[in-house]
Amino acid sequence: MTTTETTAIAAPFKHRSVGQAFWFRFRHNRRAMIALGFIILEILAAVFAPVVAPYPPDKIHYEALWSLPTKDHWMGTDDLGRDVLSRIIYGGRVSISVGVLAQTMQVLIGLPIGAIAGLLGGWIDYAFMRLIDILSSVPSLLLYLLMMLVLPRGFGSIIIALSVTGWIGIARLVRGQVLSLKATDYVRAARGMGANTRHIIVAHLLRNTLSPVMVSVTLGIPGAMMAEAGLSFLGIGISPPMSSWGQMIGLYQAYIQTSWHLTVFPALVLSVTMLAWFTLGDGLRDAFDPSIQV
Amino acid sequence: MFRFIIMRFGGLIGVLLAVSILTFFLMHAVPGGPFDAMTASTAQMIPLELVRDLEVKYGLDKPLWTQYWLFLRAALRGDFGYSFYASGRTVTELVQQHWPYSIHVGLLTLAFSSVVGLALGIVAAMNPGRWPDYFGTGVSLFCMTVPSFVFAKLMQYIFSVRLGLLPTSGWEGWAEPKYWILPVLSNSLGPVLTLQRYTRSAIADVMRANYVRTARAKGLGEAKVTLIHIFKNALTPVVTVAGPMTASLITGSIFIESIFRIPGLGWYTNVSISRRDYPLILASTLLWTALISVTYFVTDIIYALLDPRVAYMKER
Amino acid sequence: MTEAIVQTVDLVKSFAVRRGFFAQRKTRLYAVDRVSLSINAGETLGLVGESGCGKSTLGLTLMQLYEPTSGQVYFDGDNLVGMPSAQLNKVRRKMQMIYQDPYAALDPRMNIEEILTEPMIIHGIGTRHERLAEARRLMDIVGLPQDALGRFPSEFSGGQQQRIGIARALMLQPKLIICDEPVSSLDVSVQAQILNLLRDLQKEFDLTYLFISHNIAVTRFMSRRIGVMYLGRLTEIGPGATIVEQPRHPYTQALISAVPDPQPTDTRRQRRLSGDVPSPIDRPSGCTFHPRCPFAQAECANTEPQLRPFGPEHFVACHFAEKTAATTS
Repeated sequence: MTTTETTAIAAPFKHRSVGQAFWFRFRHNRRAMIALGFIILEILAAVFAPVVAPYPPDKIHYEALWSLPTKDHWMGTDDLGRDVLSRIIYGGRVSISVGVLAQTMQVLIGLPIGAIAGLLGGWIDYAFMRLIDILSSVPSLLLYLLMMLVLPRGFGSIIIALSVTGWIGIARLVRGQVLSLKATDYVRAARGMGANTRHIIVAHLLRNTLSPVMVSVTLGIPGAMMAEAGLSFLGIGISPPMSSWGQMIGLYQAYIQTSWHLTVFPALVLSVTMLAWFTLGDGLRDAFDPSIQV
Repeated sequence: MFRFIIMRFGGLIGVLLAVSILTFFLMHAVPGGPFDAMTASTAQMIPLELVRDLEVKYGLDKPLWTQYWLFLRAALRGDFGYSFYASGRTVTELVQQHWPYSIHVGLLTLAFSSVVGLALGIVAAMNPGRWPDYFGTGVSLFCMTVPSFVFAKLMQYIFSVRLGLLPTSGWEGWAEPKYWILPVLSNSLGPVLTLQRYTRSAIADVMRANYVRTARAKGLGEAKVTLIHIFKNALTPVVTVAGPMTASLITGSIFIESIFRIPGLGWYTNVSISRRDYPLILASTLLWTALISVTYFVTDIIYALLDPRVAYMKER
Repeated sequence: MTEAIVQTVDLVKSFAVRRGFFAQRKTRLYAVDRVSLSINAGETLGLVGESGCGKSTLGLTLMQLYEPTSGQVYFDGDNLVGMPSAQLNKVRRKMQMIYQDPYAALDPRMNIEEILTEPMIIHGIGTRHERLAEARRLMDIVGLPQDALGRFPSEFSGGQQQRIGIARALMLQPKLIICDEPVSSLDVSVQAQILNLLRDLQKEFDLTYLFISHNIAVTRFMSRRIGVMYLGRLTEIGPGATIVEQPRHPYTQALISAVPDPQPTDTRRQRRLSGDVPSPIDRPSGCTFHPRCPFAQAECANTEPQLRPFGPEHFVACHFAEKTAATTS
């Protein structure tokens, strides 16, 4: 009964879903793909550490104490004769899991709080902003130190300390996103159609907040790893016999003259890992943003 | 506007109070009092009565809220009490002793990283796609991925141990650069990164807008105006970031001070935490927080003066 | 006698604003100032005015997307103001809106099928199958191809996006559709298509429209009656022909005379207004139009004129409406 329009589609390429478009852009970012490959390798090495590492990390080689790299021990051994390469691989487990777990906790805490503050506004939002003011005025390193004072040493405490100080970033991000989404016409249209808050969150907010949150998480993991490295370096993070890269650097810093391998290898691995994660995060961010040329 | 200032100031006071309460109670939640550390270090058995006497002397036997109130009253007069560890010396004294080192390093770092960061940023933005741009981005990447303590250690190794050019530690003041070159360099990684990025993006924005005009510049007049405009824009991010950056630099980096054995406030606070020296920890935390909060406060006021709309809008 | 499906009584929407150098003085911006109007079932009421006159705000306030500061809004007999949200959300099924920016009104991350079925999902109507069938049906009605259902809003032109918006509005078989400048951002040729579509739909589904626009010609084409707003107040309202050919309010006269005539054969006297539209925050006293009005007297600055009858269904808010003889032809 009404005139049918010719379907002149504006897009020059065939129909793609949002997810497909994103993957296309990401695939063509060579640096990001390399970074992703490296990270996958690292994660695999960490998961399959018992298989990948040449020796168990605690095994003592009495015949080769303080040994520089040889063909038996590609990265040398430490003061107790333990193979450095193996300790680095197992240390990778610790570092990566700290990074991932801390970020996960931060998201679990920060995302709902930020969303609620943004959605509900009013005094809840006000209280939230005050809380942020307080937490961001204290330097995080100091907060970590104070918390490690209270908590027992160990893996779990680090996760807790990092989560409690770090959730603000994600909460602030989500709150900002929610506020700007609230003002969009389509959310308003949904309200006009009779949608309740639950529907708006599920149908609109989630999918529109996803990309910034993902980018933030990917960039937050190396941040958490760096923080753990720093704490372990100072001696209040991961304690032996568990090994972490930062810890190794800190423990053997005094012996840098003769046993450089004990410090340099963990430092290298740490830096390259940071580089990979940051590149990945950049790549993700560029892939989500349609205005950036691929 | 006036109301805005008052409200912000109230916020500042609120934050300081909240932090002081939090820190105070956090520390008292820790198992083990300050005298455990002393007992352990002197490896002597201190009789229980003596411990009790000490507790009374330092007021540790009173209920927590009373202790806090006493602390607050004294703090407002500038009296932060006596250090638990360094007996006989006041906290204020100790802070005054250690802080100047951190300030030295901090100011030098600020100067150095401002020059380097701004230069890299400007050069990168004005030559997009060419090697200065890649160089600038490369430096940023380096600063971002290599932790400062790793860099510091590596520098120490190369220049002090291997080449013997610079001492590994120590401090002889402004006049002896050999002592502060490496610490300042290592401390600059973060600031250089931030400044380079902000400057680059601020100028790039301006360049995009001014590009056409510059291309058609008919004489020194127009080009000069554009250049001045560009540099004005270069300074904007610096101003934004300068405040908080200065605040954190001045309070001292624990890592750098530990590695290079500089007896600054950062290092001393860390040591005090492991010694459970409560009064000092409190004072240090408050100092840190106060510096940062005041910086935010001043920045907010400056923004409001420059763009009065900030003061109008209800905070959302 | 058709009855009113929507009626507003002294509807007011105001916002708090801080003025002054030190942000000390608090005043209110009256975007909608005691507007009373009614729309009959099956008719189109046009609402015209310049930017900032409050017509869009009126539409949003009517839908309760802005909470009214005071006044009542009756829809099908119920007062929407102060209605509990659960009940309000049910009523919203029958009252839909089409927006000025067709793209902004669609979630860019939802495909068309999701966009169209959303209203039904919100109200829990139908199975997935039934919802899809209904979406298909409406795509036909608005003239869009079926395979568009899998695509995303960014892949369509403005006119097509607006069709999607219209289809979405029809999903719940509403009684009233508020059209907020639905064609203002479209090319002229596309405008004609959309307007014709809207008229056809009105006939087919017995819809009632509130048609908001700043374009008088378009509004005349669509509406049976037209209301004119100025700085938040309804200054004149009447049958379309009357408003366009024999306006009585000086402001309306100026608006009408400003519409370009495709056949400029007769020399009309153009009503030129002096000055600019004042800021809605600091409105003139009395009749807000008096500073620019060629007929203004002392009384106009003191007393605010109310809408008074001037003919069949014709109301004018002017003290001297009798004296403003029509000069437009």
